[in-house]
Amino acid sequence: MELILSLGIGVLTGSGVWLLLRPRTFQVIVGLSLLSYAVNLFIFSTGGLRTGAAPILEGGRAGTLAMHADPVPQALVLTAIVIGFATTALFLVVLLAARGLTGTDHVDGKESGR
Amino acid sequence: MSGWMDHLTIAPIVVPLLAGAVMMLIDERQRTLKAVIGMASALTLLGLAILALTVADSGTGVVRVYRLGDWPASFGIVLVLDRFAALMLVLTGILGVAALTFSLPRWQKAGAHFHPLFQFQLMGLNGAFLTGDLFNLFVFFEIMLAASYGLALHGSGLARVRAGLHYVAINLSASLLFLIGVSMIYGISGTLNMADLAGRVASLASEDRGLLEAGAAILGLAFLIKAGMWPLGFWLPNTYSTLGSASAAIVSILSKVGIYAVLRLWLLVFGEGAGASSGFGGTVLLIGGLLTIGFGCIAVLATQNMARLAGATVLVSSGTLLAAIGAGQMAVTGGVLFYLTSSVMAVAGFFLLIELVERGRGVGADVLAVTREAFGEGDDEDADDGAGGGGAGVPIPATMAILGIGFMSSALLLAGLPPLSGFLAKFAILSPLLAAGPVVPVTTWILLAALVLSGLATVVAMTRVGIDAFWASPAAEVPRVRVSEIAPVLLLLALNLALTIQAGPAMRYMEDTARALHAPQNYNGAVLSGIPTAGPTAGGAR
Repeated sequence: MELILSLGIGVLTGSGVWLLLRPRTFQVIVGLSLLSYAVNLFIFSTGGLRTGAAPILEGGRAGTLAMHADPVPQALVLTAIVIGFATTALFLVVLLAARGLTGTDHVDGKESGR
Repeated sequence: MSGWMDHLTIAPIVVPLLAGAVMMLIDERQRTLKAVIGMASALTLLGLAILALTVADSGTGVVRVYRLGDWPASFGIVLVLDRFAALMLVLTGILGVAALTFSLPRWQKAGAHFHPLFQFQLMGLNGAFLTGDLFNLFVFFEIMLAASYGLALHGSGLARVRAGLHYVAINLSASLLFLIGVSMIYGISGTLNMADLAGRVASLASEDRGLLEAGAAILGLAFLIKAGMWPLGFWLPNTYSTLGSASAAIVSILSKVGIYAVLRLWLLVFGEGAGASSGFGGTVLLIGGLLTIGFGCIAVLATQNMARLAGATVLVSSGTLLAAIGAGQMAVTGGVLFYLTSSVMAVAGFFLLIELVERGRGVGADVLAVTREAFGEGDDEDADDGAGGGGAGVPIPATMAILGIGFMSSALLLAGLPPLSGFLAKFAILSPLLAAGPVVPVTTWILLAALVLSGLATVVAMTRVGIDAFWASPAAEVPRVRVSEIAPVLLLLALNLALTIQAGPAMRYMEDTARALHAPQNYNGAVLSGIPTAGPTAGGAR
């Protein structure tokens, strides 16, 4: 499971970074989204991976991390998703404004080499 | 939790939140009402900040902890008010009042939702300064940045949107780095509370230490992108120069938030009590700071217009601060805080001044082109002329003389020449470094040279631009400047003058703050008080 998750994070990050460095604004925003997926998975993984663990506590037993899943990364990842979604939406607005004002979807607002 | 004084710590966050939320509900056409609410909130914030400063400075220094929901620190989020946070709150309060006053005659009309955005900007800044929790710091960073995206684009126009696009993309990437850093630190140490983290660093197993340091380094990258350290700061002059002046004045403190976070976290987590990790990354800060000064100097000398010049001076001041922090000595940190205070106010004042000076120049000036477009109300001025200068204020007499004096004072402050506070600040950084021991290390000499040369470069560039603006523009007409536009500039300059005259008490406060930062037992004790020994979730969260 660790291997699959690491590969997933790695592939998402690699694709995200590559797209982020592309000259078109649409590629940049997709790259940023992919990167934020990778980061969210990464945050989730810092709590430790395990299957079938109780979300917080089981009745009648003192809670230790050996028995239940760490709830903090789950809370963090939820916050990060919300904030990431909001800022990506905001970026989309700026992207559309730039497209409208410059007439091109190049990140610098003008085609290179022309 | 009883009595309203207990809630002083959270008030600087709640007041702008409420003000901003109320404004969202008010129709956009009711500008006067919004301006009144905004101004009331900004003045309240300044008052609260000054109150917080006196509270934090009473006795041997008070650290006030505000537990949200009254959860103990290892479970809940805490807000912490100490001398350093109070100082930053006061700076934010001053800039808030100054920038808002400046925006009243014109800038508030340049686009929608200026006032709510401004309030949320203040809220994010105050929150970032007050929080004692890493993830909460991320949340307030995002609030601050989201508002700054709005303010950066305020007034619209091609140049602004183009620079704004880069600004947003870079900051979104920086936020992702922030998240990676925070989650790595949590994964290793099992806590997000800064004070708790500081206590756990020393006792980490050696195989975990590298991972924690890597997490801290990634987190540091996010802060240094904000601070504009070379090579992470190429976006900064470009973005700052296209900002509207009122936005620029408040957004200019954002680079200092990066510095604040570095200073706070680095001294807390990697201070003297950190065992093997003590002083981690200090060399990077020092060298990075020196390179930033170098890059800033080149940018200062190469620039042709005032707005870019102001952006470049932000880089120089960031570099100076980082290099001095990297020296990692308690006596120097006092000087760092003094420099921070002085340069924040000087840069903000300069940003405000630029627009007033540029206003009288020919249409050819590229900055003006941006500004004109932003106002979108070219005939506004003529209408005012007919009405005998009615509207939000009266034009001031002897405009050029006042603007000239303001420009000259800004130049002295930014270059760090006597007699103003910029010089005292540089002196306060350098003198403990030179007096540190019988043998002065070579890095100190390099820092000395960098500070002196950056001052020289700033003087050369400011003189050139000043001659161009005040003496050598044949087509220039005297700009119409209202009292409410020049007043904030003069206020910021007067505060710097006060800082110069009252340098003794100010420096005493800075040195006390530095001492508390370098020996954070007080801070840690206050945050962690009332917690039994390591709770059930402590340690080994992997």
